[in-house]
Amino acid sequence: MKTAVIVFPASNCSRDAAVALEQATGKAPEMVWHRENELPDGVAFVVLPGGFSYGDYLRCGAMAANSPIVKDLVKKAGNGLAIAGFCNGFQVLTESGLLPGALMRNKNLKFVCKPQALEITNTKTRFTSGYKGTEDVIFPVAHHDGNYFADDETLNLLEGEGRVLFKYKDNPNGSLRDIAGISNAGGNVFGMMPHPERAIDPLHGGTDGVNMFKSIIESL
Amino acid sequence: MSQHIEITPEVVKEHGLTPEEYEIILDRVGRVPNINELGIFSVMWSEHCSYKSSRRHLGKFLTTGERVIQGPGENAGVIDINDGDAIIFKMESHNHPSYIEPYQGAATGVGGIMRDVFTMGARPIALMNALRFGEPGHWKTKQLVTGVVAGIGGYGNCVGVPTVGGETNFHKGYNGNILVNAMCVGLARTDNIFLSAAKGVGNPIFYVGSKTGRDGIHGATMASAEFDDDSEEKRPTVQVGDPFTEKLLIEACLELMATDAIIAIQDMGAAGLTSSSIEMADKGGVGIKLDLDLVPQREVGMTPYEMMLSESQERMLMVIQPGKEQLALDIFEKWELDVAEIGITTDTGQLVLTHKGETVCDIPIAPLADDAPNLDRPHTPTPARPIIKAEDIDVPSDFNAVMMQMITSPDIASKRWIWEQYDRHVMADTVDSSQSGGDAAIVRIHGSNKAVAITTDVTPRYCFADPYEGGKQCVAETWRNLTCVGADPIAITDCLNFGNPERPEIMGQFVGCIDGMNEACRAFDYPVVSGNVSLYNETNGVAIPPTPAVGGVGLIPDLSAHSKISGAQDGDTLVMIGETLGWLGSSLYLTEIEDREDGAPPPTDLALEKKNGDFVRGLIRDGKIHAAHDCSDGGLAITTAELSLSSNIGSHLNAPTDIAAHAYFFGEDQARYVLSVDKDIAADMVQAASDAGIKASVVGTVGGTRVSAAGAHDVALDDLRGKHEGWLPGLMNQKAT
Repeated sequence: MKTAVIVFPASNCSRDAAVALEQATGKAPEMVWHRENELPDGVAFVVLPGGFSYGDYLRCGAMAANSPIVKDLVKKAGNGLAIAGFCNGFQVLTESGLLPGALMRNKNLKFVCKPQALEITNTKTRFTSGYKGTEDVIFPVAHHDGNYFADDETLNLLEGEGRVLFKYKDNPNGSLRDIAGISNAGGNVFGMMPHPERAIDPLHGGTDGVNMFKSIIESL
Repeated sequence: MSQHIEITPEVVKEHGLTPEEYEIILDRVGRVPNINELGIFSVMWSEHCSYKSSRRHLGKFLTTGERVIQGPGENAGVIDINDGDAIIFKMESHNHPSYIEPYQGAATGVGGIMRDVFTMGARPIALMNALRFGEPGHWKTKQLVTGVVAGIGGYGNCVGVPTVGGETNFHKGYNGNILVNAMCVGLARTDNIFLSAAKGVGNPIFYVGSKTGRDGIHGATMASAEFDDDSEEKRPTVQVGDPFTEKLLIEACLELMATDAIIAIQDMGAAGLTSSSIEMADKGGVGIKLDLDLVPQREVGMTPYEMMLSESQERMLMVIQPGKEQLALDIFEKWELDVAEIGITTDTGQLVLTHKGETVCDIPIAPLADDAPNLDRPHTPTPARPIIKAEDIDVPSDFNAVMMQMITSPDIASKRWIWEQYDRHVMADTVDSSQSGGDAAIVRIHGSNKAVAITTDVTPRYCFADPYEGGKQCVAETWRNLTCVGADPIAITDCLNFGNPERPEIMGQFVGCIDGMNEACRAFDYPVVSGNVSLYNETNGVAIPPTPAVGGVGLIPDLSAHSKISGAQDGDTLVMIGETLGWLGSSLYLTEIEDREDGAPPPTDLALEKKNGDFVRGLIRDGKIHAAHDCSDGGLAITTAELSLSSNIGSHLNAPTDIAAHAYFFGEDQARYVLSVDKDIAADMVQAASDAGIKASVVGTVGGTRVSAAGAHDVALDDLRGKHEGWLPGLMNQKAT
């Protein structure tokens, strides 16, 4: 099972993502530099990690979305490649057009870091199949720009098609309809602001994220 | 600034140099210096760079120990934590800039301290900060809190290093002069630590990082003077930070450090290119020649003076092994950083600068360091205060109101509003942080089962009342904090914030605190390995309370035996290690309830501290404790309330036997711990303590939904939480009037 983590300048959570992938697959992922034009052969799952790619200059994720490697990801996503973006990775996915909507500055204009309770709103996806769906999960959030926005039509479509996978309990950032994570129409691209990769260890943030990585790996 | 400014007595004075100091310069240079040379002497001999008022006193500190790899004198201190791992850490002030421009002042404080740590070969793994603001109601406080917190978060979050803890106090003594002390802890290998001595002649000097601009010129001189009402005009001397570049610098430097290309490396902090080049040359015993035309510049037309004194951020200077230039260039190019070979080491012992084909500076390096003023300023001790007896303080009629006022007092109230703006989890090794309200943060060493414990502490009201006792207490409290999580305390860094050293009473506070701290360091074998001095913290002649912030670091060898404040369980027994005598002088109770700040502070018996602390640590290592918290501000009642809040369960304290209730519950006797333990082992624990000659007693129980004490308060835990959590948001969300 070959997986990969994309590394942009200031991808702070690339190591965290790599640890999570290694825990789930037993094998260290490929760390792919942003200037590469193509993913290594045989990669079945890609994580766009959290962080401050390009210092969040211009707009969070905007410059990363135009990097050579993301152009390749956009192409391969169309062929069904499994991709997940967490936090800044989610912002890169919306900026690149792989996911709809945008992440705006938090409603109270402040960075927020806390354990965040989430409701899993669809367990019939490759990213959430390992959850029963009856339980809430706690993933840490840590972001300044996690306020999800899309027009009503898009929001209705997302909800109607079961593409909203996670919703916030006690919304921390003003996201419309409490949306914390969404997938694309094909079900192979997923982004969320909370950090499941920081919830895979009982000593650090709990283990609620373990099932997400298991779900993904089993789906491949 | 023109090259050809005449050096008049006024110009000398504007540079903060005394006529005597100028005489020495004339002698060492052998002629009248030009403006560049004068500027360089000026910053190197400023209080900030030369420690001229403090040097002789700092020399008293215990700085060596079994685990000390590098003590003071380098960019940061280094300690051994076994298995070839080293921890590199330091705390530094950014007080003056943060008062003038809170966001950038605080942000660049975080950036600067991180550079001190990764310069030595460490990956930063944790940030802490010790903040002191003026009265909550002061018109400037809210704005300063907002800016400083956003600045710390904005920088640390972006660089991707968790901000895991710290402390925040409010006191009118900081109305005109806030304190922003930032601490960074990094992880390195003991066999790959980098120093700043530029050894060898003919080696290339590389400049890496941001371009040099006109920001921060004479920042070090600003930090060496008092404030007045016009200080806001100094805003242009505050630097602007770019955490993105810092992150790239960290990664690029660590990548280069994995090769053998670097001979010496130094970050450009205070006094920028001047101090970095001179410190490297001085330590290596070489000369340096720089071609300033090659320095990457952000603005056109910069003069040598401006380039040498700029404090533009995120810049490093390094001496590279000849033949490894291309290797270095490739790595910096990969990280898209500006890099230039700007000079060479020489055997002349001179600092030679050329600019547009002209030599614009040619001065001996040794005197800049060796002949820096080393003053023995007069100091008068702080007069001893009378001891306040508990019976002289009225017993309150409404203990519930007392409890609520204490829990919402600025120093005790929850700082969630602050730490929720800091990423505490990035790097995924944070075992405990501000989130629990515990005594020390716990950060795991990546990929291992060991961890470092980190804390910052000082009680300025004790230091103000009695500098010597306050100095002992602040070191002891950090030692206790580390003990509470099950760590072996190893070493400290300090950030000594004081007023104007030219005043004997201020200098007396400084000397008293250092003597007290040093005694505690020696009693615990707990050396000072790095630190920083910030003087002239005064506005319009009013000094801050003496505030020697201490950052302590300890090792938890095995995370299977550690303790947190949040672990208290239903049915537990509360055991006090140590003895309660009911000391109310200089206590938080006296400040908050009686509106008095007088009386001698509690004495700290260092031998007792050591005995009690070692006993507590042993219990934690044996897995006998569910939760531990040291008794400090607010005494037994507040300690227990905090334990209940963190563990989300009620508690009840038994009545005292022979001490008045207010003194028993709120007195601040030192060397005390409250432990939450299984009820079945409590009696044996007390007996074991007694057998070891340690005072211990059962003081209460854990359970229910109320926080109560016999003969005193009885409040619902939820109400207590509401008050505790509500104070700071209430302050920050107030509309401006």
